[in-house]
Amino acid sequence: MQILGLYNYWIFIVLMMCGFYVVISRGNLVKKLVGLNIFQTSVFILYISMGKIAGGTAPILTGTATIYSNPVPHVLILTAIVVGIATTALGLALVVRIHEAYGTIEEDEIHAQSEDEAL
Amino acid sequence: MTEHLPVLQVVVPLIAAPLCALLRPGRAVWLLAMATCALCLLIAALLLDRVLAQGVISYAMGGWPAPWGIEYRVDAANAYMLLIVAAIGAVVMAFARTVVEQRIRLPASKQPWFYATYLLCLTGLLGMIVTGDAFNVFVFLEISSLSSYVLISIGRDRRALTAAYQYLIMGTIGATFILIGIGFLYVMTGTLNMADLAARLPAVADTRTVRAAFAFLTIGISLKLALFPLHLWLPNAYAYAPSAVTAFLAATATKVAIYVLLRFFFTIFGAQFSFGTMRLDAILLPLALAGIFSASVVAIFQTNVKRMLAYSSVAQIGYMILGISLVSVTGLTAAISHLFNHALMKGTLFMALGCVSFRIGAVSLDRMAGVGRIMPWTMGAFVIGGLSLIGVPMTAGFVSKWYLILGALERGWWPVALLVLFTSLLAVVYIWRVVETAYFQPAPEGRATGEAPLALLVPTWALALANLYFGLDTSLNAGVARRAAEALLGVGP
Repeated sequence: MQILGLYNYWIFIVLMMCGFYVVISRGNLVKKLVGLNIFQTSVFILYISMGKIAGGTAPILTGTATIYSNPVPHVLILTAIVVGIATTALGLALVVRIHEAYGTIEEDEIHAQSEDEAL
Repeated sequence: MTEHLPVLQVVVPLIAAPLCALLRPGRAVWLLAMATCALCLLIAALLLDRVLAQGVISYAMGGWPAPWGIEYRVDAANAYMLLIVAAIGAVVMAFARTVVEQRIRLPASKQPWFYATYLLCLTGLLGMIVTGDAFNVFVFLEISSLSSYVLISIGRDRRALTAAYQYLIMGTIGATFILIGIGFLYVMTGTLNMADLAARLPAVADTRTVRAAFAFLTIGISLKLALFPLHLWLPNAYAYAPSAVTAFLAATATKVAIYVLLRFFFTIFGAQFSFGTMRLDAILLPLALAGIFSASVVAIFQTNVKRMLAYSSVAQIGYMILGISLVSVTGLTAAISHLFNHALMKGTLFMALGCVSFRIGAVSLDRMAGVGRIMPWTMGAFVIGGLSLIGVPMTAGFVSKWYLILGALERGWWPVALLVLFTSLLAVVYIWRVVETAYFQPAPEGRATGEAPLALLVPTWALALANLYFGLDTSLNAGVARRAAEALLGVGP
């Protein structure tokens, strides 16, 4: 059963599309960030699960184990997690400022106010 | 010391950024930031000089040899890009001080953070160029992107906030797509080093994973470089950011993304796979043409001049992508030299607009009536930048348009060459609208403000004169671009 055996990739795809859909479909700026977070997290799972080797243990030299999981993707994704945190923090800070400036965080209401300004 | 130049290029601004944030507001912060930018420019010039004399420089980060450690690899293409970004970084930093002190709505105590963020953005851009490691590209991409969201959001208009937010969403989606693409490549090859990837990919090229990686990377990078129709974040971000930030980002950020595109498709995947097997040119060519045409037309109908130039940037990016989709040495030379020339012309234009908004407070067409007589030097620089944008002979813009038309004719695509000429006429129309308003309409009563201060005029004119200089002496912008193109295509010396 190759399709079931690749279940980690299926989870990745489903999560990724969920997150992506939320980013596109929601008009609330905070909900958009939530979607963006799910979208990024799915990629973390992709990287973390690709480093797993069947039967492998944690990559620590103990003398008994012969197969180790690949630690490189795990280390890489640590960096991406940090980036994700920074992006979320910055995004939320911007939402706070937008709320101060417009009094709303709904995209269509902000858009309507900006249209008025342009006229 | 000189063997460490590739890493110093990134480490110097990276260390200077937190130092700036720690300093008290005042002249010292700007001096430190300015000195850092000047040092970066010096390093970039030295690197280009060494690469042209000795060939590729490879630097092993921390002494770990290449496929395992992170390698910094400098060849003609990225040494040339480093010089562009470092030069624009230094010129705009000279311009930024007056803007930050008087025009940006930042309390004095927060001003050091502007310089820190600016230097971080410069670090990210330089890092993306200098690195030879695919994952490292992603890390530096995010450093530059995150800091550019901050820089855009400090514009005076509240719409700067929504523009920054929109850019954050689109930019993060793009960067995550790039991350997925790199992940797929790693799954297939087990390596992240660009040269190593290039060596191992042909063996697994005919798999769905590699093709999916190619697709994700294409979309992700295209989002970052604002390829039509993925350019929606760009007009607002450029229109509402502070003028110094717009000048810096317009001249560098999208250019670096185009360099990343070149690096991935020519060096890592190879021209044969990207354009022979995957037929990327069949997608890029129509998108480039549609982008050039539609963005130029939209630019004509803008009343905010900054927004007009932002749409013009989308069109200019189309020219670069057009050059790439020709997949020939001449086409690539056009694209790479246009990276340089467009940085010069858009830097000049946006800095001239910065001077205008410094005195008048706005850059909409109706407010700019009669500015030409009140601010002759500023508008003089604007006209030079505009002529270069149109591609008038004796300006830098002519050089790249010339190569572009030559490349199109080489392939026998004369309709493409005609379209390039026709869209240059559209550029004449929108630049003329500004010139006509500024010179031939009377200034409204009671707005007798003078010329912009020298601190703004000198950097603006430095870039304006560079437009003229590189229109006459093409050894750097076209000569080195040709060597870079040959290096990317793997032909020639």
